[in-house]
Amino acid sequence: MIPAAFEYYRPRDISSAVSLLDQFGDEARVIAGGHSLIPMMKLRMADVPHLVDLQDLDELSGIEVGDTIKIGAMTTQYEMINDDDLADVAPILREAALQIADPQVRYMGTIGGNVANGDPGNDLPGLMQCLDAVYSVVSSDGKRTIPAREFYKAAFSTARKDTEILTSVSFCAPKGGCAYVKQKRKIGDYATAAAAVQIERQGDRCTAASIAMTNLSDIPVWSEAAASALLDTGVDEGAVKSAVSGMLGDIDPAEDNRGPVAFKRHVAGVILTRAISSAWARA
Amino acid sequence: MSKQQQYRIKVNGQEETITAEPRELLIYTLREHLNLTGPHIGCETSHCGACTVTMNRKSVKACTVFIAQADGAEITTIEGLGDPDVLHPLQEAFREHHGLQCGYCTPGMITRAARLLEENPDPTDEDIRFGMAGNLCRCTGYQNIVKSIKAAARTMNETREAAE
Ligand SMILES: Cc1cc2nc3c(=O)[nH]c(=O)nc-3n(C[C@H](O)[C@H](O)[C@H](O)COP(=O)(O)OP(=O)(O)OC[C@H]3O[C@@H](n4cnc5c(N)ncnc54)[C@H](O)[C@@H]3O)c2cc1C
Ligand code: FES
Ligand code: FES
Repeated sequence: MIPAAFEYYRPRDISSAVSLLDQFGDEARVIAGGHSLIPMMKLRMADVPHLVDLQDLDELSGIEVGDTIKIGAMTTQYEMINDDDLADVAPILREAALQIADPQVRYMGTIGGNVANGDPGNDLPGLMQCLDAVYSVVSSDGKRTIPAREFYKAAFSTARKDTEILTSVSFCAPKGGCAYVKQKRKIGDYATAAAAVQIERQGDRCTAASIAMTNLSDIPVWSEAAASALLDTGVDEGAVKSAVSGMLGDIDPAEDNRGPVAFKRHVAGVILTRAISSAWARA
Repeated sequence: MSKQQQYRIKVNGQEETITAEPRELLIYTLREHLNLTGPHIGCETSHCGACTVTMNRKSVKACTVFIAQADGAEITTIEGLGDPDVLHPLQEAFREHHGLQCGYCTPGMITRAARLLEENPDPTDEDIRFGMAGNLCRCTGYQNIVKSIKAAARTMNETREAAE
């Protein structure tokens, strides 16, 4: 499997990277870990005449942990899993990253690539919507931020312009309890269904909730209907059932080799139920 | 066709200069330019792990890395771990515990296991199964691979303790 030929660049700073993108427009693509892009190039589903490698841009790596958590775009899934400060404040990142792909892929795959890719199968976009993260991007026009909840437009189509590089992902240290639960056929597989849940509680009442689903539509689905069904309840069986039916109203899965639509909707319900119960227990 | 370029990589301790197109996959550089045919091509689609090598202290699938990305990297293949006269403890353990049948997956398995044991010298069965999940084997059913890695870990830890 030989990809089409390309010119390769390895800029040493962001401004050179950005000017390459300006120069070549939609003929250029950045490469981070390459573990979504290279398979697509090998299949010749992605044609990239100019490939801009971000690996030397030290500004894009590193994890800052405080009230706000900021993860540089080039931080790998492996680095997220092994960062103990991050795991103290937001253990959900480790929990989710451990469910991505397999060890070899996690050494290479980055958070920036995972969220910028726009593949509905990627796990981190749903989690980032659940946590209300914002993505920082930069171009020759300057910097801007885009909320994860407004980033995804359609499969492989996002609010990021071709000339913009995603530099970091930031979110507030999650309060309450979180869970990421994923159903997959085997390790290394994308989700049949996955759910990201964050719940805050006071005594036995739920005071805040956020729910997002992975791979059940052509974009991640942040379901306000599901979350609001839990608000001000004791997260009892009835409330969880309404949350599931709220979620089922928002997803739109398609039949593929992971199963027919009815099966996916069933799995989505089971997975969300498990994720809610685990987040509630941790809240 | 894009132009051929020169790339420098350090493979099993030796500096190499490679002339290739940037799109060449690292597995082909290793097998065809350097004649290191230990790393195998199984699926060529990033799934099986037969092509696993260590690059800059990471286990990577060499079928999913362009030579241009690897420029400047330090790489270890199965050939850098041991040789027929002096087997690596993992090779010895795979032989002893029937960790292989056809052997096709074995170079990738052992190279991955070597990195796993560097990060976690005393893994449980569960750690091994999770840490080896990027490597597929069609023959053994994995049981003996887990056994082999555990046994190698024991030998390596004993050798380390004896040296201290
Ligand atoms: C066998 C296998 C199994 C996998 N299983 C899963 C899974 O279960 N769950 C999951 O979520 N993922 C999975 N993946 C994908 C993996 O996590 C990818 O590594 C990840 O999706 C992309 O990260 P990357 O750094 O490799 O990005 P790349 O492949 O380098 O890039 C992906 C896309 O994002 C763009 N991009 C990358 N970085 C930036 C940036 N900083 N700014 C702007 N654009 C950028 C690129 O131009 C490209 O279009 C799997 C991959 C493989 C090979
Ligand atoms: S040949 Fe590289 S993962 Fe199968
Ligand atoms: S021994 Fe034959 S594939 Fe593993």
